[in-house]
Amino acid sequence: MAAFSAVKIPPPQFTTVRSSSQRPGSSPAHFAHSPSAFNSISFGSAKSVRSRPLFAVSSDVVSSSDKTKPASSSASNPAVTREVALELYEDMVLGRAFEDMCAQMYYRGKMFGFVHLYNGQEAVSTGFIKLLNQSDKVVSTYRDHVHALSKGVPSREVMAELFGKATGCCRGQGGSMHMFSAAHNVLGGFAFIGEGIPVATGAAFSAKYHHEVLKQSKPEGLDVTLAFFGDGTCNNGQFFECLNMAQLWKLPIIFVVENNLWAIGMSHLRATSDPEIWKKGPAFGMPGVHVDGMDVLKVREVAQEAIARARRGEGPTLVECETYRFRGHSLADPDELRKPDEKAHYAARDPIIALKKYIIEHGLASESELKSIDKKIDDVVEDAVEFADSSPLPPRTQLLENVFADPKGFGIGPDGKYRCEDPLFTQGTAQV
Amino acid sequence: MASLQMAALLSAPSTPVPSDRVRLGALRLSASSSSAARNGGALVVRSEAKVSGGGASARGLSLITHAVAEKAAAASSADSKPGHELLLFEALREGLDEEMERDPTVCVMGEDVGHYGGSYKVTKGLATKYGDLRVLDTPIAENSFTGMGIGSAMTGLRPVVEGMNMGFLLLAYNQISNNCGMLHYTSGGQFKIPIVIRGPGGVGRQLGAEHSQRLESYFQSIPGLQMVACSTPYNAKGLMKAAIRSENPVVLFEHVLLYNLKERIPDEEYVLSLEEAEMVRPGEHVTILTYSRMRYHVMQAAKTLVNKGYDPEVIDIRSLKPFDLYTIGNSIKKTHRVLIVEECMRTGGIGASLRSAIIDNFWDYLDAPILCLSSQDVPTPYAGTLENWTVVQPEQIVAAVEQLCK
Repeated sequence: MAAFSAVKIPPPQFTTVRSSSQRPGSSPAHFAHSPSAFNSISFGSAKSVRSRPLFAVSSDVVSSSDKTKPASSSASNPAVTREVALELYEDMVLGRAFEDMCAQMYYRGKMFGFVHLYNGQEAVSTGFIKLLNQSDKVVSTYRDHVHALSKGVPSREVMAELFGKATGCCRGQGGSMHMFSAAHNVLGGFAFIGEGIPVATGAAFSAKYHHEVLKQSKPEGLDVTLAFFGDGTCNNGQFFECLNMAQLWKLPIIFVVENNLWAIGMSHLRATSDPEIWKKGPAFGMPGVHVDGMDVLKVREVAQEAIARARRGEGPTLVECETYRFRGHSLADPDELRKPDEKAHYAARDPIIALKKYIIEHGLASESELKSIDKKIDDVVEDAVEFADSSPLPPRTQLLENVFADPKGFGIGPDGKYRCEDPLFTQGTAQV
Repeated sequence: MASLQMAALLSAPSTPVPSDRVRLGALRLSASSSSAARNGGALVVRSEAKVSGGGASARGLSLITHAVAEKAAAASSADSKPGHELLLFEALREGLDEEMERDPTVCVMGEDVGHYGGSYKVTKGLATKYGDLRVLDTPIAENSFTGMGIGSAMTGLRPVVEGMNMGFLLLAYNQISNNCGMLHYTSGGQFKIPIVIRGPGGVGRQLGAEHSQRLESYFQSIPGLQMVACSTPYNAKGLMKAAIRSENPVVLFEHVLLYNLKERIPDEEYVLSLEEAEMVRPGEHVTILTYSRMRYHVMQAAKTLVNKGYDPEVIDIRSLKPFDLYTIGNSIKKTHRVLIVEECMRTGGIGASLRSAIIDNFWDYLDAPILCLSSQDVPTPYAGTLENWTVVQPEQIVAAVEQLCK
């Protein structure tokens, strides 16, 4: 198997340099232009892409170089206001604290099954979702707790859902991998990778349809849909099919790739012929952007541009966020394949610590204020656990509810009696 | 049929029909006399002479595919019959058109549904009328555009997704099973998926194995999915409208060989019930349960059986999930013998499920084992002779009834 060893990959032109972190004065993000230039994009240009090879770091070629400096602009003007900075900080801390609590609860036997934690990737969720309106949609994968939290689903509901209680956001019927919230427009939560992307494309189609056919337009523009998925999904057919359709019809969708380099135990470089995912956008005619996903401010900047594009009806964007998960793929993953130096490299780029440093350096808030936010979040998460603990389990009567939106034809007729003379129809054969 | 409709109208009560009862309509009697059976009222017989598909003349094996109804319709009297004549694919289009007119959130997605008008012309003219966004020509990506349909259904639209051939929807199985069927439940009831997935399936005329698939058996286990199969222009239009109006995800199975059936259907708007079976021919000796194209083979066999002195009761089950066990049960309680004739394969087909549902519920009423005639468990061969032997033919149906009634 030597021919397939990760050690022999990547090919020589890749570098280990994360150039945006090495050149503090450079623009944080560059859009790779598709053949038709997009005038509205203010950053970068096509030619700068070539001169600045940016790359995913493989566990074999990472060097323990000086990447500990948070990649922020050297300008003295902070990129965000104090309110925004604190909002971002609080959201990321909520994500982290919540996921850490999930791990605790899992090992104490309060939640079961497959639980996929988001530690380390908070910058992507916060950077994007905090820019959305209530009516914008978020579609995620199984690593969806923090996406739901960022979008506004109360921690209590998410925790209760994880505990399998009737007060969960999906009444305990979804679980960790299926977080839905109609009130907050979280359209899931999907267990199979890639299957959420067409659903997101459909939500974006619906937004366009509402505007063009139903004439229900909003002053701010089209409702935007964000589709979050990982590097492994980028080798899946549904990804490419949806890139095509989204660009074809200029749907208001943003494809956010959370490239954490690993799909369970499969390294991105071992699975992908061309690991530069952002390049796949221009292949379909849409901008493809690569951004440092460990830096929430950079992610937010890219997100702002992409969301504005989508709202104006200019179509989709593919954003590849280079990020990392500090824990294993799931709580059942022993995480033996990732090398310690790679983990250390990214641990040093913890997005929360980076933002904290940024806030303090720019005088946006004091350390004690940030600590009080930490404390507040701890209380929120504790309260969520208490709420979930004390919530009731779903009763047996809930088993057959909501299989159909319109159950009239199924078992119960309009007069309340069974239509079909099969009283066993809605009972199934499971001895519950 | 026209005279029956007139009779029904005349005998209907003179009280105004409430608007939510329009789905039943005064004309429903001729479509499903199950309600008449329940009321114990006069049984409205739809004898096969008037049934479009069951016409007597020249129904050789290979002619089943033709629009036999043309002769029957032309032969029957009258100039001033109510309703209008059309072919099954036109009836589907009419239903779709009416629903799109009525509700602007209804849209169509599929390959070649727009400019091309649909590979079987079901959506012909709709793109010109409603625009390219409402009748969306998709690229060839079944899994993704079905998922797109589901995503738009979750966010306020009512899409009708067309599979150019039902077999192509195997590529969409991920979306149909995981998302279409399950999301309403998995989200705790927060999102409904009012999608209609439709397309032609079944064994055609030498189309080869992959274009001759019967997906109803593959989809039937998916929880949360509702399935119906149309067989006449009348029920095609009614079921199309009902499926679009339903809040559930509905899969509407059409058959490649039935698109050119001609029938006279009412001018008035009507919507059928998705969960009801259709009494095609009442009888006393044996209950024959069938759906889609096999209905016509059964009716042809019925003619032979009647000549031999049998009195079969033929029910087109129409609703493949759930089964209308009320109608079926009433029939079994009367005849005590059941024959199921289906086009699915023997293993795991609709007939297999129906058989076990009947055994579970009506065991005490059976005088004989339930016979189930299904297609052979083979990939449909191309050769015409082999293809004919793959599906159930009228002779086999006659033989089965004779065996049942021994």
